[in-house]
Amino acid sequence: MTMGAQVRNRLIVWVALMALLALTVALTFAPLGGFRLAASLAIATAKAALIYWVFMDLRTADGLTRIAALCALALLAILVLLAVIDAAVRVSGG
Amino acid sequence: MSTAAERLEPFDLRSQKRRADRFGMFVFLASEIMLFGPLFVAMAVYRVLHPQAAAETARHLNLWLGAANTALLLTSSLLVALAVLAGQNGRRRGVAACLLTAALLGVAFLVVKGVEYQAEYVEGLMPKIGPPSPIAGRAPTLFMSLYFVSTALHAVHVTVGALLLAGTGVGAWSRRLPLPKRAMTVEVVGLYWHLVDVIWVFLFPLLYLAR
Repeated sequence: MTMGAQVRNRLIVWVALMALLALTVALTFAPLGGFRLAASLAIATAKAALIYWVFMDLRTADGLTRIAALCALALLAILVLLAVIDAAVRVSGG
Repeated sequence: MSTAAERLEPFDLRSQKRRADRFGMFVFLASEIMLFGPLFVAMAVYRVLHPQAAAETARHLNLWLGAANTALLLTSSLLVALAVLAGQNGRRRGVAACLLTAALLGVAFLVVKGVEYQAEYVEGLMPKIGPPSPIAGRAPTLFMSLYFVSTALHAVHVTVGALLLAGTGVGAWSRRLPLPKRAMTVEVVGLYWHLVDVIWVFLFPLLYLAR
């Protein structure tokens, strides 16, 4: 890929990131109830994915580097999931 | 001083060295993610235990300043990503301009954060210090504690990152950092800054948008 094309890619990703930021702020005022948290976290994940894939060049990285980059995030996601399930079961008196 | 050939040791190829450098940096970033990890776990459990208090206390945070700070960090990340490209192509002026502007945006982020802290102090939102608090009870206080601890830890990372960006930018400008030979330095510093950005990308909805 030429440098010009790479610069253009990064600019497009920046525009997408700013659009996602505007969307997530706008959703704060939408009557979504319990879905608002899920929506804002989904948008945050999309933003992080764009930053990892294009800005941090995981797109062109080898498999080992990709695993190193994603493994902490995956393990943290598992930790958060299990902790949330534990807390929810305790709250519901299970 | 060692020659370029020696510095490649123990690798045969420059591409192998680049791969190893990036791999090592991502392992370091994994340790940073684990440093912030417990705070994210605490926030998640807090939301399950006190959904009402989270929503009410989050309304005291300044949504617009938080969003402005997100925009500052996302834009600085773009500049850093462009600096990496410029470094690989040996354009030292481009590297210096992008990195120094990104560092300035990092400083702007810290100034906005300071303004927020000041307003929160005046409003009495800092647990245990400042004027009488409009929020009462253990759960809202815990939310503000999580907010201050996580944003302050993040601000420390922004400070370190901005210093690294500025130092690398000055190095590129003054030719002390020969490019494109040492483009990896720009890339590694850039990876650190992007992670600081990603952490904020998650802190923003969990704190400011919890309303």
